[in-house]
Amino acid sequence: MADKTIKSADRVAEEIIEWAEGHGLETAFDRAERLHPCPIGHSGACCKICFMGPCRLVGPDAEEKAAGVCGATLPVVSARNFLRMVAAGTAAHSDHARDMAFTLLEAATGEAPDFKIKDEVKLRKLAGILDIPTDGKTKEIIAKEVAEKIISQFGQQKGELAFIRRAPKKRQEVWRKWGLVPRGIDREVAEAMHRTNMGVDQDPENLMMAALKVSLADGWGGCMFSTDITDILFGTPRPRRSQASIGIMKEDEVNVVVHGHEPTLAEMVVEAAQEKEMLDYAKQKGAKGINLVGMCCTANEVLMRHGIPTAGGFLNQELAVMTGLAEAVMVDVQCIMPAIAQAAKKFHTKIITTSHKGKMIDAVHVQYDEHRAKEVARQVLRLAIDNFANRTAEGSRVHETTPVIAGFSHEYIDYMQGGRFRASFRPLNDAIMAGRIRGVAGIVGCNNPRIAQDSIHDYLAEEFIKNDVLVVSTGCGAAACAKAGFMTPETALEKAGPGLREVCEAIGIPPILHLGACVDNSRILTVATHMVNEGGLGDDISDLPAVGIAPEWMSEKALAIGCYFVASGMYVIFGSESPVEASETVKHIKRNVWEERVGGKLEFVADPDEILKKSLEHIDKKRDALKLRKYEPGRFGVERKLMSMADRRKLEAIAKPHEIK
Amino acid sequence: MSKIIASAAIRGSHRVFRQTEELLQKVIAEKGEDHHFEFPDTAYHLPMIYAITGFEVKTLKDMKEALRMTQDLLHDEPDDRLWSPYLGEALDSGMATLFAEEIWLALRYIEGLEPAKDPETGYVYNGFITDTIQRNLGIQLVDGRMPGFAAIIGAAPDDDTAVKIVRELQQKNILVFLSGNVKGESVTKQLLRKKVELGWDVYVVPLGPDTEHTLYALDWAIRASLIFGGMSGGDFKGNLRYTKERVFAYALVLGELDDVKWATGAGAINLGFPAICDTDVPVIHPTGVCTYEEVEKELDHDKIVQRAIEVRGLKVLVEKPPIPIAYGPAFEGERIRKEETFIEFGGTKSAAFEWCRLREAEEVEDGKIEIVGENWKERYEQGGTMPLGIVVDVTGRKMQADFLPIIERRLHHNINEGQGIWHMGQRDIPWIRISHSAKQAGFSLEDIAKIHHAMTHKRFSSIVDKVQVTLYTEEEDVIRLRDEARADWKARDERLAALTDETVDTFYSCLLCQSFAPSHVCVITPERLGLCGAYNWLDTKAAYEIDPTGGNQPIAKGELIDTRYGRYTGVDEYLKQASGGAVETLNLYTIMENPMTSCGCFECILAIIPEANGVMIVQRGHTGMTPIGMKFSTLAGTVGGGVQTPGFMGIGVNFITSRKFLAGDGGIKRVVWMTKALKERVREGFQRAAAEAGVPDLLDKVADETICEDSEKLLEYLTEVGHPALEMEPMI
Repeated sequence: MADKTIKSADRVAEEIIEWAEGHGLETAFDRAERLHPCPIGHSGACCKICFMGPCRLVGPDAEEKAAGVCGATLPVVSARNFLRMVAAGTAAHSDHARDMAFTLLEAATGEAPDFKIKDEVKLRKLAGILDIPTDGKTKEIIAKEVAEKIISQFGQQKGELAFIRRAPKKRQEVWRKWGLVPRGIDREVAEAMHRTNMGVDQDPENLMMAALKVSLADGWGGCMFSTDITDILFGTPRPRRSQASIGIMKEDEVNVVVHGHEPTLAEMVVEAAQEKEMLDYAKQKGAKGINLVGMCCTANEVLMRHGIPTAGGFLNQELAVMTGLAEAVMVDVQCIMPAIAQAAKKFHTKIITTSHKGKMIDAVHVQYDEHRAKEVARQVLRLAIDNFANRTAEGSRVHETTPVIAGFSHEYIDYMQGGRFRASFRPLNDAIMAGRIRGVAGIVGCNNPRIAQDSIHDYLAEEFIKNDVLVVSTGCGAAACAKAGFMTPETALEKAGPGLREVCEAIGIPPILHLGACVDNSRILTVATHMVNEGGLGDDISDLPAVGIAPEWMSEKALAIGCYFVASGMYVIFGSESPVEASETVKHIKRNVWEERVGGKLEFVADPDEILKKSLEHIDKKRDALKLRKYEPGRFGVERKLMSMADRRKLEAIAKPHEIK
Repeated sequence: MSKIIASAAIRGSHRVFRQTEELLQKVIAEKGEDHHFEFPDTAYHLPMIYAITGFEVKTLKDMKEALRMTQDLLHDEPDDRLWSPYLGEALDSGMATLFAEEIWLALRYIEGLEPAKDPETGYVYNGFITDTIQRNLGIQLVDGRMPGFAAIIGAAPDDDTAVKIVRELQQKNILVFLSGNVKGESVTKQLLRKKVELGWDVYVVPLGPDTEHTLYALDWAIRASLIFGGMSGGDFKGNLRYTKERVFAYALVLGELDDVKWATGAGAINLGFPAICDTDVPVIHPTGVCTYEEVEKELDHDKIVQRAIEVRGLKVLVEKPPIPIAYGPAFEGERIRKEETFIEFGGTKSAAFEWCRLREAEEVEDGKIEIVGENWKERYEQGGTMPLGIVVDVTGRKMQADFLPIIERRLHHNINEGQGIWHMGQRDIPWIRISHSAKQAGFSLEDIAKIHHAMTHKRFSSIVDKVQVTLYTEEEDVIRLRDEARADWKARDERLAALTDETVDTFYSCLLCQSFAPSHVCVITPERLGLCGAYNWLDTKAAYEIDPTGGNQPIAKGELIDTRYGRYTGVDEYLKQASGGAVETLNLYTIMENPMTSCGCFECILAIIPEANGVMIVQRGHTGMTPIGMKFSTLAGTVGGGVQTPGFMGIGVNFITSRKFLAGDGGIKRVVWMTKALKERVREGFQRAAAEAGVPDLLDKVADETICEDSEKLLEYLTEVGHPALEMEPMI
């Protein structure tokens, strides 16, 4: 046992992995061990854009000397590869958002009758941001106009993306200065593909700036549209108690795993699974009930809104099948491993694909159609229920679960600091200014089987809160922290530093907040903007004592997210090796040129201790720049300003930071 | 920890809600849903509900609706383990508690149970605080006399501790509200037992025996935002930011807490008011909802007042002369009855005067105190009465003769702010009483001089370099010097009367109220005093000399560009900047176009009556109807908050008799209605001004409330008496 490599810090997952190994079943963890990444492609030195190649830009002094058949140098190749990845990530989130927008439109027109407008307040707020008059209009009419406006944003050719205006003023000026304001979404993605086509953009700096631009179409476009529309259709999340672990599969119920990213069908499944007919049907088939289980970001969506338990992130998908308890795994788009259909062959589990965009060999396909969404959901459930009888004793049966409190939308974060009437970010900003909270870290992004699953997420989260850094988390990062049991209010009492603990106790929150799916990283942008607007922490996102970290990333979507945080002014650290490791020029651009121009930078740091050190250094550097109280653990307090009558007459000036600009 | 507090607050909110729901059902059954209700003398309905939601509760049916809205704010208690966040929920529950308490108290008014009366002692509590009281306090709220507000809830461990805490607050000039009890015991009862004087005059106001009565104090706080801050009902963000930043209130919670106390406290935290407890309670230190801590404990009663002041972020500057009695504005309103009097001076008892003289530097020895008279010590020790002439000689490089009346006017306050001594009148009609208790505390005749020396220095430090005080105790001296003083006063008055807007080139602003009414600017000219009546041009001129960066700033009046309406280039320029752009231009001599704004502390409201082609004037405190169909309290709501409202204006009483009063609109002849009390108050000056305007019997032609309270009858009366306004050019 001594030389055994731990593959997952998720104890339940590790148990199933071991069981699988013992039973000769292969998982991504094994394949990752067996299949070493190609070092040339891994470091960004391989160009396969045209069929003169692929060209490998390697050798001594490759930076200066290596060139492809067309003469493209290593920095050009490396930057081009990078831009393509960011464009792909942007396309993914944005296409998801487009589906959401069309669902909103059809919910408004009545063409998709199973969908309703659940959060009218948010709808009206959004209409306001989009300059859509709402007076005297029904919510359906407003929803239609909002949907149409958003749909038009995807194909907008000129001007500025509408949500750019939601950023702090100073940030917008930075974007305009450097020509980074996206004109639309599709146009930026298409242009990025064009620029990286053979023989177009050959300037690494130009390419890398284009990466920031297309990423902004993701963060302040696709992601933000998706988050907002999803809240309008299915409700803006508020904290809910649930459980996290693959151990949530139930022996005596029909287990249906909803996996993927778009919550529309999953929402219908949630509703259908509560219908008496469905429950009766399950009973008729010998099950006590229907147990819905979330997986990956669909899990985050239904966890935040309904408290449906999560079986974990991306790397748990094969393991869910290997419990032998999953009657069905329903999938749609993004982060779905084709391996699950192969794994399912050894068990009774049915893999059900539902999107025409994402079909899979050896899976059952049930086409999702928003016009009859609930019926499709019932069809999926019936398939699962019918499959209950086929369950065997085969599989790794584990039933250990961990509690989680999730559902921190930025609206709730605002609310939780002061209630309906005093909602604001003042307490958070005050806490940072006083040194109770040292800073804020976003720990987000994927799992990657080349790193022991969740290990860096968990390590960093624990270290940050110990150091009084408030952690916000999304995506598989959030799943990791949830499974580790960190997202409970008790964690604050047991593991948080004294200042952070005091704040968590005052509000009643965990020190690590679950903000949703990976598309909900837009919520972090909104939170950061609120913090800036609240006052006292500078006048731009780049002034905040904050970092963004994706320690176990693997998806192109993660790179798009990383870039839009950089473009928004944030210091972003990715774990593992760099996809542009081969080129010093490109590394210099993303580290120095970006920082100089937009105040944010992107670094790839494999060593978790180094990530922690750099993050805390950055937070302290930003605190110093803001002339905030020096952070000292356990010592905090505000400079009390005792107000005389003369001081009170000058209040307007003093009160300024409290104003929403 | 905070969860304990949140849980208690949430439980408490449910309790208060149920109690209110039950009472509402009962009262509706008795009176019917359409029964009308308003708290005494307020234009703000149920002020808390109105300020936060904009909903105007006028009937029992409205209360039912308001209670339904309240229900939406109730939450469940957090779980023992794996709880959901509770701060926002607890604060909502707190607000729900305040709403429910407000309805409950309104219902108790309908039932005749408010103001509450103590069944044992018969003591009647204050109950709801009226708009009039609130406006009366205006100047004290802004000039530092009342820098903060403490709501004491519960009971001290013993009577002496209660007295000690309240005395300490009084000495710091903090207005104290009392409410709540601990098992029937309360600070009100403790103070009553110790015969401590209670009431507005002494800054200690018992509101009622239960925790719910604290709502009256909070209703008062939130109305400051509506009255002085110019915020509107329903603008909860604006109203609550105002209370957090500008109303320096906090709760001192003495003795054990129950759920209703926590719930009410959670409501108060919404307003930014922290609670400081003397028991071992959980604390909430992170800041942001309140300016500093939300809940703090201080078990030491010697430190609790100081601690509370720090937690609220309140700077208290106490100026105390070296005398053996307590001192501060809170003691100003204290009365000394005849039987409590040890010795008295002036009044009808003996000759007396008080006079401030400007001297050359070498003529004044600073700190010199001289008492002239045979055996004055023995005579003082005997008590009874004594003649007394007080001469305060001042000198200073920046001192001017113009400042003497201002220093002299403060002599009244100098004496009156001592605990156990009392003063009224001025110049040649002062009346001073020293109580037995002050005497027992060691108060001597010299102490009167010491007070004047110390306080004149403190109040006028930058214009006065040296002060000496001489007290005359022989009747002969007193009368001789009094005659000398009278000649001086006459000369002063004549000089003052000669001051006009035309003869000076500088006006002064008064920004004192900006701590409460941020966009209001008073422009004070020789012929137009501040609307509060407390500051005239000389006062502001002196105030500027005393503190060049203070609340009164010079305005170079510039060029007069509208002679009729009184528009000056310098005034406009200054206003734009000082009001933060809220006011662009001002006409000093008209009510019709860009008139002066108001903070809310105006002595009177001037309002146009279009059908009478004139104006009416009603003073603060008049609770009857007026010919324009609005009571003072309602009218006041349209005038305050630093907004220009043509046709309506807040003014000081003495402006009525100024030559510049509505000079652009036709002057004093426009006055068609004013209250009887006001008529009496300005009679002499009014008659002089009316004579100058060519209508010597004008005052008799002006209607008052004994003649009419509606415009139809008013018009009849005016026609009957031939009021000149009817013949003047149309105002509109």
